Amino acid sequence: MTDPAVAPALRPLEGLGGRAIWIVESLGRFGSFLGQAAAAMVTPPFKLWPLLGRIHYIGFRSLLIILLTGSFTGMVLGLQIFLTLSRFGSEAFLGPAVALSLIRELGPVLAALMVTGRAGSALTAELGIMRITEQIDALTVMALSPMRYLVAPSILAGVITFPLMTALFDVVGIFGGYLVGVELLGLSEGTYFGEMQTFVDLADVMTGFWKSISFGVLVTWVCTYKGFHVARGAEGVAQATTQAVVLSSVLILVWDYFLGTVLP
Amino acid sequence: MIRVKGLRKSFGRQAVLNGVDLEVPDGSITIIIGRSGGGKSVFLKHLIGLLRPDSGSIEVGGVDLARLRGRALDEVRRRYGVVFQSGALFDSMSCRDNVAFPLREKLRLSRADIAARVERALDQVGLAGVGDKYPEEVSGGMRKRVAIARALVTEPEIVFFDEPTTGLDPVLVNTIHRLILELHRRLHFTAVMVSHEIPEIFEIADRVGMLHEGRIVELGPPADIQGSSNPIVQQFIRGEPEARA
Repeated sequence: MTDPAVAPALRPLEGLGGRAIWIVESLGRFGSFLGQAAAAMVTPPFKLWPLLGRIHYIGFRSLLIILLTGSFTGMVLGLQIFLTLSRFGSEAFLGPAVALSLIRELGPVLAALMVTGRAGSALTAELGIMRITEQIDALTVMALSPMRYLVAPSILAGVITFPLMTALFDVVGIFGGYLVGVELLGLSEGTYFGEMQTFVDLADVMTGFWKSISFGVLVTWVCTYKGFHVARGAEGVAQATTQAVVLSSVLILVWDYFLGTVLP
Repeated sequence: MIRVKGLRKSFGRQAVLNGVDLEVPDGSITIIIGRSGGGKSVFLKHLIGLLRPDSGSIEVGGVDLARLRGRALDEVRRRYGVVFQSGALFDSMSCRDNVAFPLREKLRLSRADIAARVERALDQVGLAGVGDKYPEEVSGGMRKRVAIARALVTEPEIVFFDEPTTGLDPVLVNTIHRLILELHRRLHFTAVMVSHEIPEIFEIADRVGMLHEGRIVELGPPADIQGSSNPIVQQFIRGEPEARA
């Protein structure tokens, strides 16, 4: 709100300062939210059932979409990379090219984007509805921490399920590439898998692993934060859900670039 | 005893509470009335520690709630039961699990003890036999009664009711009020209720406080409030429309 005591010429500056303070405050709240969730994760009492429920919700129920997108991503990669390599007479490298693309980049990123769309949005909407129907307040006044019951299990489930979802995505993707490269385009099976063993090493697998863990934290952190701080009823829930999916997706891509420059 | 002194709260530049003073004697039913948007629910949220005041104190059993955080605040809340305006039942749980939840999570009781206390609580609110239903499968009145059972199942010393009869028909309003009175006589808790059910609340209240423009402008037994010479109180009780300027 504009302060009437401020000279008109300085009002744009006042607005800019107000915006800057708001951004710093929001970032502080965002960071402190993760800190509180981390504290709830490492201090007793530990809540096993909510954690298992979240693993089922985020992981198990995303299996179909992961299998579907993973296999088609692998098939598209197999086709496009085969066509490109065949121009240079290097079709033999199809296996490692598909595997490295999936394991280092596409597996973690696409699996995270898929889980964000399916489970992340639902997580925000669920917490948002709990907020506007006072269920989160009910937990608080029962002297039970919503962080411990709702947020910490979701983030922990993200850390556990995202690498597993990514591994599954990579495996079905590699077999998708196999289906196109070997079964349809005639590359030998031995060449496809043999070259893969030569070129893909543990460092590549670990790169994908660390990325998927960090995406698991990022997505569940953003989605629970947005749901937890919903205001203004049903419209607020809709807005928070959209923001959560958009912000998570952008952060996945930005963070992927930064990790790509740091990890071997 | 709950003792509120000089409670002030503003949201931005809008002052909602302007120095509320109130004493709630142990074992009494104190009902706060006032116009919609007058700060009743904000006041109640301060009493249950969901909002922190800008200034003033809220003493519960000699401890100032406004200065407490974390575990210390939770220790005070363990003595509370709260019935929210919407009921705030967990919609992923059956009515029985909703009532059992605070027992499972807050007290170290055997499964048999929990089951017995839950059935007793549901029976007390007249809902024996509907424990397996989910909140969305029962009527609004039943949901309120499940919420009351959940609030009382841990046998709290102080119970807060945030407009527990909002959205119910007159018959259900009286049923819920009678239920609260009956449970109060049986369990002897201190009750603080926010409501604008006039005149029904006069039948169950020990004391009524009128919150207007962020202050308690009148406080006393129902008869005193009904006979008050304060025009603001009389206008509210009679439901008279505001005079146009």
